Amino acid sequence: MASLIGSYSLSFGLFLSVFIIFFSVRNLRDTEILDKKIISFTFTQFFFVVTSFFGLIISFVNSDFSNETVFNHSHTTKPLFYKISGTWGNHEGSLLLWLLVLTLFISIFLIKSSQQPKNYRIFTLLFQQIIIIGFFIFLIKTSSPFNYIVPTPNEGLGLNPILQDPALAIHPPILYLGYVGSSIIFSSALAAMVTSHVSKEWAKHIKQWVLASWVFLTLGILLGSIWAYYELGWGGFWFWDPVENVSLMPWFALTTLLHCILVLEKKKILTSWAMILSIATFALSMSGTFLVRSGILNSVHTFANDPERGLFILIFLFTLIFLSIFIFIFFHSGKEKIESNFFWLSKETSILINNWFMMYFLSVVLIGTIYPIFLEVITANKISVGPPFYNKLILPFLIPFLIAMAIGPNLNWVKSDFKDKFYMMIFLIISFLLSALIIKQFDINFLVNTILVTSAFFLFFSTSREFFVKRFKNLSQNIAHFGFSLLILSILFNNIFSNEVITNLKIGETFKAEKFTINFENIDQEDEKNFKAIIGKFNIQYLDGSSDILNPELRIYNQPNIITSEADIKTNLFTDKFMTMNYVQNQEYFNIRYQVKPFMIWIWISVLLITFGGSLSFFNKRYEI
Amino acid sequence: MYGRKVKLRFFFVLLILITLALSVFLLIKSLEENVIFFKSPTEIKTLSEIGKKKIRIGGMVKKDSITIISKEIKFIVTDFKNEINVVYSGVVPNLFAEEKGVVAEGYLKDKNFFLATKILAKHDENYMPPEVKAALEEK
Repeated sequence: MASLIGSYSLSFGLFLSVFIIFFSVRNLRDTEILDKKIISFTFTQFFFVVTSFFGLIISFVNSDFSNETVFNHSHTTKPLFYKISGTWGNHEGSLLLWLLVLTLFISIFLIKSSQQPKNYRIFTLLFQQIIIIGFFIFLIKTSSPFNYIVPTPNEGLGLNPILQDPALAIHPPILYLGYVGSSIIFSSALAAMVTSHVSKEWAKHIKQWVLASWVFLTLGILLGSIWAYYELGWGGFWFWDPVENVSLMPWFALTTLLHCILVLEKKKILTSWAMILSIATFALSMSGTFLVRSGILNSVHTFANDPERGLFILIFLFTLIFLSIFIFIFFHSGKEKIESNFFWLSKETSILINNWFMMYFLSVVLIGTIYPIFLEVITANKISVGPPFYNKLILPFLIPFLIAMAIGPNLNWVKSDFKDKFYMMIFLIISFLLSALIIKQFDINFLVNTILVTSAFFLFFSTSREFFVKRFKNLSQNIAHFGFSLLILSILFNNIFSNEVITNLKIGETFKAEKFTINFENIDQEDEKNFKAIIGKFNIQYLDGSSDILNPELRIYNQPNIITSEADIKTNLFTDKFMTMNYVQNQEYFNIRYQVKPFMIWIWISVLLITFGGSLSFFNKRYEI
Repeated sequence: MYGRKVKLRFFFVLLILITLALSVFLLIKSLEENVIFFKSPTEIKTLSEIGKKKIRIGGMVKKDSITIISKEIKFIVTDFKNEINVVYSGVVPNLFAEEKGVVAEGYLKDKNFFLATKILAKHDENYMPPEVKAALEEK
């Protein structure tokens, strides 16, 4: 029943697009004010998609296995929370979520943009409708969440246990809010070009959308990263996996756009650049969906997929890109008032420098991600590009990037001199001495690491000082930049100080490492509703006499029949102690990984700080950048 | 002489060009160095020389081939035409099992012996490396 309602709601929703487009086009010339009908139709469309979405949720909650999606991804013994989150933990449901957010955002846009010119609003709605119709057709044609199975199976296939996790339950919705937010930026940029509305007012208004998408995208990536850290048991937070990269690329573009919009808001320059970035951000979000869904990416965590779907998204994506290029070439008037006072030492320049670096980082990730695909198509060679590639290309450029980030915000708009030269020099010297002292203790490449840590410390000190000097002025920017310096510092120290032991142990055995011993004391069994747990007890004795007891788990899920490892992590402010236990088939040995990861929690905290900075700017104009 | 503005613009263009050249150079160079090729056991048999570079091999873990001692795990990877012995010390993913697909990253010692530094896990319990899938379908 719920599936039936959901299915019909989708068709009605698509049908409403016809009305919306009809009234919108008619309203373009008619009057000075926006036709009320358009708004009500948009809301009704949103309402239908919500109904459809709830229809799917209800089917999941009731374990209605006559629905194919539910059958493939759910099971009666699954806890209620994961029945609900299973709704978007699969291809069909996640696309319905995309559509839901698309229609939600255009409704919010229509409410929030009442100060903007009528035709600009209508054009934004029209471009957004093109995307919405595309997704409707995609959903109904290739991946309907409401297909029937006859006869109705008694039991579902279950959700992949790796996905049964609180962080991963909210990861897709948050990430999608960021991705889909960029669709509004895309539509409104096209509309602004068509109606010649690219102006400071436009920048001010769209900045809110850029900020919101940016905050959600950052949070979404953070959640995915935290999940990978404790659930996949790879013992890190970033693996340069293609699926991670496709979420990082729109982030780079969006961050660049955010900084570019700030310039546009103050002075009407860089307009073409802002337009290109708006288009690029959405194109990258879409290609992300395409690459993940098509199965083209040879990723360590590709979900089940289907080439036909990939083809549809690819055609759709190219249509949108050609449309936007067409509009950019024929409608965008690049007439910028060439302001003669574009002085080299100014905030504009420093933001331009930021943009260059961001674009460079973006292209590195882009090339690293798609080069294997091209090579496979051209030469049939299968390759993968690993972390060394990214480290080598990104780390050296991080140094000037961090230094520019420390100096840039201290400059004035238009023209300025170096202020606070004295403090800057002192900070640089202190940072260098501090880094040299720390790095010297370790047997690693002295020069590169010292310079890297120095530049990170430099940014750390100069942003810390600004809290005292500027107080509430630029608070949001300052928090975000401070968070970024903290992030880089934590990542660097995490890399430098990390320590790990991987070995195979039998019950009762002890492993001796340089600074500690690991004793595998015993195992325990527990029966849960949908899995059996084998819990290991490990006693770790350190040289200084202290000890830790860690209890990593193996979970044997009944449906689907999968074994997963649950890491046991002891977290404190300075370090994470991380242990996973893996099962080796038909052997009495267990595969053990024990890691000491310093400052792990600071990586999460600093990203939260960065998003907090963004949210502050969104909510409170007083802390404006 | 040229004006200050022209000089500045020239300087900017030069800076952009240098950055561009440098990035392209670095990109291509690191791609050459850091790309990891994927080979099946059969492809390894046909190699003319054993390179020193890191590669990935993929196939099926042969039945009854896993043996384990405290530090190392040994197993045989097969694509049903050829086999290769793998020695590995490191984290073993839970989806690693006999008669299941596997991808291992590491170095070739000779055509029959592979020293793995990493074993990759897949999300999907039904995952099978494309080469193995093709080999299975032929059978």
